[in-house]
Amino acid sequence: MHLHHQKHHQTYITNYNKALEQLDDAMTKGDASTVVKLQSAIKFNGGGHVNHSIFWKNLAPIHEGGGEPPKGSLGWAIDNNFGSLEALIQKMNAEGAALQGSGWVWLGVDKELNRLIVETTGNQDPLVTKGPSLVPLLGIDVWEHAYYLQYKNVRPDYLKNIWKVMNWKYASEVYEKEFPES
Amino acid sequence: MALRHLLTKKPLATQPLGILGFRRVQTFSLPDLPYDYGALEPAISSEIMHLHHQKHHQTYITNYNKALEQLDDAMTKGDASTVVKLQSAIKFNGGGHVNHSIFWKNLAPIHEGGGEPPKGSLGWAIDNNFGSLEALIQKMNAEGAALQGSGWVWLGVDKELNRLIVETTGNQDPLVTKGPSLVPLLGIDVWEHAYYLQYKNVRPDYLKNIWKVMNWKYASEVYDKEFPES
Repeated sequence: MHLHHQKHHQTYITNYNKALEQLDDAMTKGDASTVVKLQSAIKFNGGGHVNHSIFWKNLAPIHEGGGEPPKGSLGWAIDNNFGSLEALIQKMNAEGAALQGSGWVWLGVDKELNRLIVETTGNQDPLVTKGPSLVPLLGIDVWEHAYYLQYKNVRPDYLKNIWKVMNWKYASEVYEKEFPES
Repeated sequence: MALRHLLTKKPLATQPLGILGFRRVQTFSLPDLPYDYGALEPAISSEIMHLHHQKHHQTYITNYNKALEQLDDAMTKGDASTVVKLQSAIKFNGGGHVNHSIFWKNLAPIHEGGGEPPKGSLGWAIDNNFGSLEALIQKMNAEGAALQGSGWVWLGVDKELNRLIVETTGNQDPLVTKGPSLVPLLGIDVWEHAYYLQYKNVRPDYLKNIWKVMNWKYASEVYDKEFPES
């Protein structure tokens, strides 16, 4: 957690800020070539900042509700979309384990179709890159830095254990904001 | 189906035969490291070498063999949809096997020449293409450090243009995916598993140190094979 937060996330922020300054400068000068060239750094570092900011809120200590299954409308929506919470977890773990290289596995909601989805993104691509109407509820970082010191190459063990500290309260809040209970 | 196999040019003796005597694909096994797991220390720790070789590389081989069997089956059945679907697993795991097989040969203990600068035609070509060995190393380290996500940084030779190149590939894409005439001379794995236990998030330190165990002899051999000195 120390390294992930103070080194990795901080580096994304540092580099995102730098890219933003360069972008602002290029936009002011009308330098389209540089504006386009900077998009890679913007997407990677900005995405890294966006994704990790969500990630820290996705997790909670057990004594603060981490791991407690979702109730209310999100719990109901999960059963509707996936059959059961266990089925959803199994699906996310399978897709997270199979992800090639670095990336994230997401539980999201398509706010136009009111449908829950499981999706993966590569590197630091935010969920919205897979569809403009997708809203992230939970994301699991499957970059090796997220688990290697503890789990080594055994990413499936990391995925199995992270659910013990999953903050379903936060996911429910985000879901209910998109679909307020009438 | 049996008749088609019997009519193939390859003699049956060189083909691994399944239970029914049909041709089966050539599968792969983990190549031995040319040195002990601790032989590259302190540049690369024994713990990393163990995991990298026996877990990561082995897993690529296991999954590549599985994908090859499935591919052979789908090709035999004429199942184009599955053939296409398998390409991702083939590229990722086959690439992982190809890349790591090169990687182990790219490294050598210091007492076996690891870190010794290249001489001969490759040394000369490096100066010609990059100005100096230091300039090449600086370029590879910069590109390796800047690589987003997982991947490799390569020194290669374009065998058609006889030109050295520095290139990166993502995930387990082999160098040839960047150009069909590119031949890898040296590859540096910049996946986090290649350095994290020892260097944590500081990939540039890993890149700085790996040159101390770089096997330039191997790179020279590959280069000389493409361009034999007349």
